[in-house]
Amino acid sequence: MNIQSFWRDIRFLKILAQVIFILLLVLAAGYLYRNVSTNLARQGLAVGYGFLKNPASFGIGESFISYEPSDTYGRALLVGLVNTLVVSALGIVFTTIVGVLAGVARLSSNWLISRFAAAYVGLIRNTPLLLQLMFWYFAVIIQLPSVRDAIQLPGPIYLTQRGIYLTWAEATSTFSAWRVFLIIALISIPIIWYILRTAQRRASVPLSPWWTLAYIFVPAFIIWLGAILQPEPPLRPFVPELSGLNFKGGVRLTPEFAALLFGLVTYTGAFIAEIVRAGIQAVAKGQVEAARSLGLTSSQTLRLVVFPQALRIMIPPVTSQYLNLAKNSSLAIGIGYPDLFSIAGTTHNQTGAAIEIITIMMLSYLSISLFTSLLMNIYNKRIQLVER
Amino acid sequence: MRKLFPLFSLVVVASIMLAACGTPVAATPVTVEVTRIVTSEAPAAAADTPVVEAQPTAAPPPVAGGERLQTILDRGQLVCGVHGTFQGFGFVDSAGAWTGFDVDFCRAWAAALFNDADAVEFRGLSAQDRFTALASGEVDVLSRNSTWTYTRDAELGLTFGPVTFYDGQAIMAKKDVVSDSAAGLDALEGANVCVQSGTTTELNLADQFRAAGVNYTPVVFEDQNAAFQAYDEGRCDAITSDRSQLATQGQAVLQNFADHVILDVVMSKEPLAPAVAQGDDKWADVVHWVVYGMIQAEELGITSENVDTFLTSEDPVVRRLLGVEGELGSKLGLSNDFVYRAIKLVGNYGEVYDRNLATFNLARGQNELWTNGGLMYAPPMR
Repeated sequence: MNIQSFWRDIRFLKILAQVIFILLLVLAAGYLYRNVSTNLARQGLAVGYGFLKNPASFGIGESFISYEPSDTYGRALLVGLVNTLVVSALGIVFTTIVGVLAGVARLSSNWLISRFAAAYVGLIRNTPLLLQLMFWYFAVIIQLPSVRDAIQLPGPIYLTQRGIYLTWAEATSTFSAWRVFLIIALISIPIIWYILRTAQRRASVPLSPWWTLAYIFVPAFIIWLGAILQPEPPLRPFVPELSGLNFKGGVRLTPEFAALLFGLVTYTGAFIAEIVRAGIQAVAKGQVEAARSLGLTSSQTLRLVVFPQALRIMIPPVTSQYLNLAKNSSLAIGIGYPDLFSIAGTTHNQTGAAIEIITIMMLSYLSISLFTSLLMNIYNKRIQLVER
Repeated sequence: MRKLFPLFSLVVVASIMLAACGTPVAATPVTVEVTRIVTSEAPAAAADTPVVEAQPTAAPPPVAGGERLQTILDRGQLVCGVHGTFQGFGFVDSAGAWTGFDVDFCRAWAAALFNDADAVEFRGLSAQDRFTALASGEVDVLSRNSTWTYTRDAELGLTFGPVTFYDGQAIMAKKDVVSDSAAGLDALEGANVCVQSGTTTELNLADQFRAAGVNYTPVVFEDQNAAFQAYDEGRCDAITSDRSQLATQGQAVLQNFADHVILDVVMSKEPLAPAVAQGDDKWADVVHWVVYGMIQAEELGITSENVDTFLTSEDPVVRRLLGVEGELGSKLGLSNDFVYRAIKLVGNYGEVYDRNLATFNLARGQNELWTNGGLMYAPPMR
C-alpha cells in the first residue's frame, strides 16, 4: 500500500481523528488530576472518606428517616438524599398533572381558559426559578397567619406560617388484620385484567367500556368488606388540633417543603405544558379529521387518537424536564429546605472535605438523573410505534 | 481485507504514536534536561501513558516563605476576601464603597504594603466558599468574621492571624416567646430556630441544645439575611448567630428591634480572626504584625489624627513602632514605617472599632485593651 494514498484515505483519517480526540481527552483528564493532586499536596490536604463515620453534630429540620445530631455525616447526607428524592418524586407526579392540564387548556376553544393557560406559561417560564421560590416562600407561605389564627379549610386543613396541617388517617388496633384484605384487593387487579382479556377474546363484539369500572369497584368492595368485618374501624381520622404553641396530629408540610414543591411544580409544569401543546399540534390534522368522520366524539378523538400519537413526541423532552426538576431541587438551599445540596454544604464546611463532598453530590445527582432517564427510556420504548 | 481495514489503521496509528513518544526517549542521553525524566520513568511506560511522565516525584514541595508576599507586592494590590452583606463588618454601602470592621483591616494591610489604603480588591465570599477561596489562592487573606477553631486550623490548610474580635454565639428570641434576657435555653423548648448554614453556629446550636436537653427544630438558610427575614416574618421563634451579628444585623434588618431580646446565655467562644493560606510564614507575619501594630498604637494613644506628632517622640517604643528608629519592617521585607502607614491611612484598633461598630451600641467588652480589662494585647515590637 502506498503511504501517500494512505494519508488521503478518508477511512483512515476518520479513525486517526478519533484516536487523537481520545488521547487529548486522556491528557486533559490527566492534567486536571495532576493539578488537583499537586495542589492538595501543596496545601497538605488528604482526600479520604473516613469523615463519613464521624458524628455530624448538627441538627436537620425535617427528615423522612430517623436522625439525631449524634448520627454520622454519612447518615446526615442520606437524610439529605431522601429529602431530595421525596420532593423530586412528588414534584414529578404533580408537575405532570399540572403540565398536561395547562397544555390541553392552551389549545381549548374556550377563550378564557386558553388565555389563562397562556398567561400562566408566559409568566412562569420567563422568570428565574430561584426568584419564584423566594416569592412562594417569603411572600406567600410565611405570610400566612400564625398558628393561633390559622386559616381553616374544609378537611380540616390548616394553613399557618409554620406549615400546612392536613387531616390524615391513623391506624387502630384492627389495622393489621385488615391489611390482609388490602393485599387481596391488590392481587385482584391482575386477576380482573386476565378475566376481562379472556372474555374479550371469546366475544365477537367489543365488550362494553363499563367493564373497566371493575378495576375500581372489585378492590374497593374487598377493602370495604374487610373493614366492616372488623370489630372497630381499622382507620380513624387523624385531625390536627391546636395544643399549646403548635398543632398536634395530622400531617404537617413544613413551609420550606411546601414552597419548594409548589415552586418546582408550577415552574416545570409551564415547560411541560408547552411540550404537551407542541406534541398535540404535531399530530397530523388528517388524524383528527379521520377520527371525526368515523363518528368519534371530540373527547374520544383526543383520548384515543391524538394523545397516544402525541405521547411519542412528548416523552423525550418531558424526560429532560423531569431531570431538570430533580436538579433544580438543589435551589432549596435558598429557602431553607434541608436537601442533599444544603446538607452537603454544611458537611463540607465542618469537615473541609471539598473534593469528597463534591464527588458525593455529583454521583448522587448523576444516579438520580440516570435512573429517571432509564425509567423514561423504558417507557418510551414501550409506547413507540411498533412497525411490522 | 475491507473488514480488516479499521483494525489495520488502528495499528498504524498506535505505532505512529509509539514512535512519536519513543523518539525523545531514544535521544535522551544527548540532552541533559530530559535525562531527569528518564530516570524517574521506564521508557516503555512513558510511551503508553504520556500523562504519568509529567507527574512530579512524590516528595512534597518545599514550604517556601515569601512567595505569596512577593506575589502580592508584584501585583501592587491586595486581594482580600470579606463578607459582602454584613453591616458593620463587611458591607457595600449605598455609595458603592466597601465599609466595615473586617474591611478596614484589609485596608490597613494594603496601607502597610503599598502606602495606599485603596490598593485592595475586595471579594465578597459566602460562608461556604470562603476557605476554599483562600486555600486555592483566589484571595490573599480572609478577613470575614471567621471563627478560629482547631479543626479549621488543622485540616483546612490555613493559618489564623491574631484575633481581631472576641465574639460569642448568642440567641435572640421574640419578646412574646421569651421576655427576660436572663432566661436559659430551656425557655425555648420546642422552638423553631433560624440559623445560617456553613457556620460553626449550626454545630454549637445542636451541641448546646443537646447538652441542655431541649428539643428544637433548626431551619437552615444559606444566606444570613434570608435567615433574619424568615425570623422576622415569624417562621422561627428564635435566631442564633454571633452576638455581634445579632446586634448589628438585628438593628439593620428587623422591623422592630425593640420587640426582640438577646439572651445572656453564651453558647460558645467565637474568636474572629483573619486567616491566610498555609505555606508563606512571611506573609502570615505581615498579617499578624500590622494588626498588633494597630493595637499597640491604641495603647500608646497614637491615632490617625495625631500620628505625625509622635514622629518626633523621644519614647523608643513609639519610635520603633513608627519606623523612625530601627529596622523592624525590613525584617519582613516591608518598609520600616509600615505601622505608621496603617495608622495614618486607616487608624488604630480603637478607631476602626468605633468607626464601624459604635453606631450599633456594641460595647467593647472583651475587645477592650488589656489595660482596660479586655483581651486586646499586642506582643512587644522590638
